[in-house]
Amino acid sequence: MSDVAARPAPNFLANGWIKAGLILAAIVATAILGARLDTSGTLYKIFIDPFEQMASAPDLLVQTVWEGLVSGVLYALIALGFVLIFKASGVFNFAQGIMVVFSALTLVGLHEKGVPAWLAVILTLGVMFVLAVAIERVVLRPLVNQPDIILFMATFGITYFLIGLGESVFGGNPKQMIADQLWLPKGAVDLKILGGLVSLQKIDIAAAIIASVMIAVLALFFQYTRIGRALRAVADSHKAALSVGISLNQIWVIVWFTAGIVALITGIMWGARSDVSFALEIVALKALPVLILGGFTSIPGAIIGGLIIGIGEKLGEFYWGPLIGGGIESWLAYFIALGFLLFRPQGLFGDKIIERI
Amino acid sequence: MFYREAGQFKSTYQADMAVFPIRQDRIGLAVILLIAFIGIPLIGNDFFITSVMIPFLVFSLAAIGLNILTGYTGLISLGTAAFMGVGAYAAYKMTTAFPGVNIIVLILVSGLFSAAIGVLFGLPSLRIKGFYLAVATLAAQFFLQWAFVRVPWLFNYNASGAIEVPQRLLFGIPVTGASASPETRYYVCLCLVIVMTWFASNLVHGKIGRSWMAVRDMDIAAELMGIKLLTAKLLAFAVSSFYAGVAGAMMIFLWYGGGEAADVFNIRLSFNILFMVIIGGLGSLIGSFFGAAFIASLPTIMKFGLPALGVPLSGATAEHVTFMLVGALIIVFLIVEPHGLARLWQIGKQKLRTWPFPY
Repeated sequence: MSDVAARPAPNFLANGWIKAGLILAAIVATAILGARLDTSGTLYKIFIDPFEQMASAPDLLVQTVWEGLVSGVLYALIALGFVLIFKASGVFNFAQGIMVVFSALTLVGLHEKGVPAWLAVILTLGVMFVLAVAIERVVLRPLVNQPDIILFMATFGITYFLIGLGESVFGGNPKQMIADQLWLPKGAVDLKILGGLVSLQKIDIAAAIIASVMIAVLALFFQYTRIGRALRAVADSHKAALSVGISLNQIWVIVWFTAGIVALITGIMWGARSDVSFALEIVALKALPVLILGGFTSIPGAIIGGLIIGIGEKLGEFYWGPLIGGGIESWLAYFIALGFLLFRPQGLFGDKIIERI
Repeated sequence: MFYREAGQFKSTYQADMAVFPIRQDRIGLAVILLIAFIGIPLIGNDFFITSVMIPFLVFSLAAIGLNILTGYTGLISLGTAAFMGVGAYAAYKMTTAFPGVNIIVLILVSGLFSAAIGVLFGLPSLRIKGFYLAVATLAAQFFLQWAFVRVPWLFNYNASGAIEVPQRLLFGIPVTGASASPETRYYVCLCLVIVMTWFASNLVHGKIGRSWMAVRDMDIAAELMGIKLLTAKLLAFAVSSFYAGVAGAMMIFLWYGGGEAADVFNIRLSFNILFMVIIGGLGSLIGSFFGAAFIASLPTIMKFGLPALGVPLSGATAEHVTFMLVGALIIVFLIVEPHGLARLWQIGKQKLRTWPFPY
């Protein structure tokens, strides 16, 4: 039988990455050319001036990148909780952001009532577990097999409910995170590099380390434990997992509880940097571009996406923001993600979307 | 017994394809219109008209707009509020630039600006699908919201940084501005909503609507059947943003009367309109009205209804409890009837048809 089709000639333009690179290179080349011709025009201000600033003050650049890195890590943490739930139950969990706020508020609120700090952490974990069970029982189980958008709306309902509950139990005022009691470091480290002074907050360093440790632990948990294997099976296929005797209900509780733990850690870190209030909800919306950039189903995607968004938006705000009036942080992240998405519709690391008729 | 189509024979194709083929439905619609045009202005006081009826009409229109996009074409958008804002700011810019032009015309034309912006932000929908698209539309929401605050040209360099609605006359009667009476504003809203609903109904029952629904059910299959995805999707974005833009212009000009415009078109409004569409029923025009009535009246009912029932609640607690109840109600509704209030309405009608001898 000789019906082996001749291999088609490789078409480099079909590869999204190469196409993206070529287009980008062309844009940059034109822009630089334009800027060189007119050193006082807008093109110069966009394409040459910021880089000259970076070169002339490398310490500022390092500082900005560091700040972007830290906020990127925290975005990635929120996105991580989201990815866990999306992978295991296919639910676009809008409530992840509010779970962060809610867990942090519970922790601080319990401590205010006189509970010792570490006991409060354990109690908060208990609350998150109860929440996970409640969500599984009340929301997910009756809505099994409904379209995605219905489950998405249900998580909105959870969001509203948690906002109302959190505010009526703990009050709407911003609270101070109990960073000292949890042995989180304070103050800053000043580093002398590149002829300047770069100041790193110790809490930020701690956040980066804790986040890395947590991600490593999660990876080991997924890779080597029985429950982790079950979780991966569910993520691959609900039906196949059910057929080999994995209980979906149990897995969902575990996954929502894991997301709750991630939320608590994120809440502690965010809370220690600013304060604990429902304003964090807006920050949680920043995790969405991270998600679409990294792909809904990929844990490395959440982390790398978080770093790209965090660094990109800080650099953009600092060097290009003043050109158009500042405050561009509120939407820049979405545009960065959108730019990546136009070339990879499923995100950087997301599962390839295969469509069949 | 009362609601039965027995004996109503259809002798033409047109009659068979009518939107309201049953006589009782047409009578019911006429009664509703009569109540809306005569009953409510007669019975309702100013408070009822300004804080219940006008918001309901504005939200209905916005919900119809989003329903065209999400319910009929299957593209989720979280940027409705921003497109409403575009309509409001366009209407304001135009009425200050051309003070002589009829304000109703300008409100409708402002929808066109919103439609143009909508098409622009709808472009990614050709490549991105599902929740990825939903998040991508957030780019429109945050970018436009930023522009409303940071681009002073949009609000004519006002010191207040917001839209200041000028007085405009229609047949010698003030329609917008401080001296416009609630009844006048209500009638203008009502007429706009009725005309635009009629238009939307014709659109979704026709060829365009069918192509949208084909795209919603499966876009690749629709493409294979010869529907151009580019035009179908972008047209959906354009029409949807047009409705949102008109609703936004109505919101500022006929309801708020200016003021906190930059702050109104925030993401929470976008979410609320999405709730209206989902709770009302995806892909149903009447559902948009039900959803708007439900979500728009819920806070008012909580605020004034609970104390009347003897549940004592102070301001702040009431707000929190409202939040909790809204969240819980959304979940309950989704569990009880995921297809929304429109489906409940259908079931009710079916029950009524067979009453009193159900089979």
